[in-house]
Amino acid sequence: MVVIQTNDFSVAKEYQLLRDAAPGKTGAICTFVGLVREFGDRPDIQGMFLEHYPGMTEKSLNKLILEAKNTWDIHSAKVIHRVGSLKVDEQIVFVGISSSHRADAFAACEFIMDYLKTDAPFWKKELSQEGDIWVEAKDSDQRRKQKWAGMHKDD
Amino acid sequence: MNILFFASLREQLQTDKENWESLDGISTVKELLNQLQARGEPWQSALNNPKLIISVNQEVVNADHRLSLQDEVAFFPPVTGG
Repeated sequence: MVVIQTNDFSVAKEYQLLRDAAPGKTGAICTFVGLVREFGDRPDIQGMFLEHYPGMTEKSLNKLILEAKNTWDIHSAKVIHRVGSLKVDEQIVFVGISSSHRADAFAACEFIMDYLKTDAPFWKKELSQEGDIWVEAKDSDQRRKQKWAGMHKDD
Repeated sequence: MNILFFASLREQLQTDKENWESLDGISTVKELLNQLQARGEPWQSALNNPKLIISVNQEVVNADHRLSLQDEVAFFPPVTGG
């Protein structure tokens, strides 16, 4: 399931939903949360503005979840991504996976996050006193994605 | 045909979308790009970016992708979410 929203999310609530998704069969839950740091491409960041492409963003995240389900043994997967204005220390993104086994939960969670970074149409703008600047895409994110080549079934 | 622009590109062009009621002789994404750039600045510089990503109907495509009047075309910079 994919949700794009301006509001904050509750990890406790999402964790409970993952626990309840497959009673008796769930042996592992892995969750990831991304937050707004006070430093990014520049120091002294006051916040972020996040933009997305309504429709394509949801489509690309649903495709990642489907790829993860085709590759690993997972029961439930949820991605929440916030858009709009966010302050330092606020939550940006949630990825949660439930599975029978930890290896599948860890791998699927990291796979979705790595591909979200390079494939899902979101754009961040860093807000600071010296002005607002769009974040540049990073080669290190491309390299992280490439480590999955051949490890999941679509490659 | 709807044409969408996002993020830094939207700001440079000072528009987020436009609607074309005919293809105006255009058959590929490359030809569309050429026609938009022929408008002069800021179009010429903003779209002259080798990292520019193009999608048609919400799937990433190459510049030789063929267009039809029902298409939703989008131009945007490399993505930076998460």
